[in-house]
Amino acid sequence: MDPAAADPLHSSPSTTRTPSEIIAFAVMVAALVVAPFFTYPLFLMQVMCFALFACAFNLLIGYVGLLSFGHALYFGWASYLSAYAAKAWGFTPELAILTGTATAALCGLIAGSLAIRRQGIYFAMITLALAQMMYFFALRAKLTGGEDGIQAVPRGHLFGLIDLRNETAMYVLVLVIFLAGFLFIYRVVHSPFGEVLKAIRENEPRAISLGYKTERYKLAAFVLSATLAGVAGSTKAIVLQLASLTDVNWPMSGEVVLMTLVGGLGTIFGPIVGSFIILLMQYKLSIVGEWVLVIQGIIFVACVLLFRRGIVGEIASRLRIRL
Amino acid sequence: MFEIFGIPSTALFGQLLIGLINGSFYALLSLGLAVIFGMLNIINFSHGAQYMMGAFAAYLLLQYSGLGYWPALVVAPILVGITGMIIERLFLRWLYKLDHLYGLLLTFGLALIIEGVARNYYGSAGLPYVLPESLRGGQNLGFMFLPNYRAWVIVASLTICFGTWFVIERTRLGAYLRAATENPALVRAFGINVPRMITLTYGFGVALAAFAGVMAAPIYNVSPQMGSDLIIVVFAVVVIGGMGSILGAIVTGFGLGVIEGLTKVFFPEASNTVIFVIMAIVLLVRPAGLFGRRG
Repeated sequence: MDPAAADPLHSSPSTTRTPSEIIAFAVMVAALVVAPFFTYPLFLMQVMCFALFACAFNLLIGYVGLLSFGHALYFGWASYLSAYAAKAWGFTPELAILTGTATAALCGLIAGSLAIRRQGIYFAMITLALAQMMYFFALRAKLTGGEDGIQAVPRGHLFGLIDLRNETAMYVLVLVIFLAGFLFIYRVVHSPFGEVLKAIRENEPRAISLGYKTERYKLAAFVLSATLAGVAGSTKAIVLQLASLTDVNWPMSGEVVLMTLVGGLGTIFGPIVGSFIILLMQYKLSIVGEWVLVIQGIIFVACVLLFRRGIVGEIASRLRIRL
Repeated sequence: MFEIFGIPSTALFGQLLIGLINGSFYALLSLGLAVIFGMLNIINFSHGAQYMMGAFAAYLLLQYSGLGYWPALVVAPILVGITGMIIERLFLRWLYKLDHLYGLLLTFGLALIIEGVARNYYGSAGLPYVLPESLRGGQNLGFMFLPNYRAWVIVASLTICFGTWFVIERTRLGAYLRAATENPALVRAFGINVPRMITLTYGFGVALAAFAGVMAAPIYNVSPQMGSDLIIVVFAVVVIGGMGSILGAIVTGFGLGVIEGLTKVFFPEASNTVIFVIMAIVLLVRPAGLFGRRG
């Protein structure tokens, strides 16, 4: 087998919209509308937050070929600021989420402009190191509550009107945010901007020789990805009413990589499937304690060696469709 | 006893010593990463876990077979190095033709497995490792107290680092290695078994990590997460130094250890983050790293 054949990091699917994507999108929306009648809405909301997080991460790895190993920074710090704004400043939820998102965008701008100065493997190490630095900062800062985190964050009233303590209202809000984020990413990927990103992934020197300022494109993609990760983190803080060190620590960065890898790098639906599977696994396996870590490691190894396309990527390539 | 910048000399030199100790570990680990990256084009994320394996191997050898520190210093790196070679044969060799990122992801998965197994059997609390009799005590140098064991760690890691540098840069074996790094196909055509060299190189890099782990065992507690805390800092060290130069890795490792130690004296709040801040500054000023080639 030609190893390059199963390398989703360097495959270029066509860019026209296909019926398969529209059908898959309809199925996903239908499933998310019906699912809360059959399972815990809180679990589903958590899945949607992480799915958006993974989609944001996938925008970088799947479409620009940049592996950020520090995406917990944007998710976690957005979560902190969102929780803090809601609790200490009494912001309404939409303003709290905006505050968190702006924080992530700013962090993304700073970290991104440092990290894009190096390529490939160094990029991954730099993003990881910067995220670790901000983890230590979170450990000490007063705002974050250190080891305790920010607990009992009020969900508040959306626009001052709709009480989000109502599970249905909360669910609808998360669903809207998730779908908006998803469609936005889809739009970005299929825009002329997205085409340049893919060109950079395929062959950066060639994109430069065509006259594209690739550094700016990479930075823009990085900030977009961080911002969307921030939306996910901020929403998560309101849903679970908690922001903690777990959200900013490196295992969280690893988890989002795993979700995307399992679902399929560079597929539009992969990260969603991946985050559902990984979260479901964590719920079901919480009784086995630390073995979860070992199982996650085994999945990593198996995915890299055997299923580089991920679940969705594998299905898409078998059926010769795009997902 | 005298003072420097209002800091008692004993505190200053004490932190300098701790800095040199940490620097020894940074140097040994980043050296191993550089050697592995040169040959395999893989960033070995499990390096921290393998450092932890070295410490655990020393602990287990003492507990179950009564082998003390000195034999462990030889046996543990060999054992862990062998597991490294098995990993290379089973997993890593399938990745050489793929994007570098897959190597990082696979070794990250291996690190999770190793750390998870260790946590399951030993919890996350540290286990103490007793110092060998011959290295207890210390010397009073007048301006500070120098524990024998810490002096030994610095001397040993310097020796190993420069030994590795000498082998790679100044011997025939090292010449083969460097040639295989540049152009494996050509070196193979000369009748040198390059795949075996790759396996041995990975084994050696991993053994270096395990050696650092054994030396760390008596200083820090032996604990499952001792490696993951360290590896991220070592990544920053590698970004600062660049992986193109062996000597660069050694100098950067020790230098940053000392800077970290000094930060602990003058500005303790920043001691955890100072290396990351230096990394950010280096990226701004010299994006290729202090000793690195652009890439």
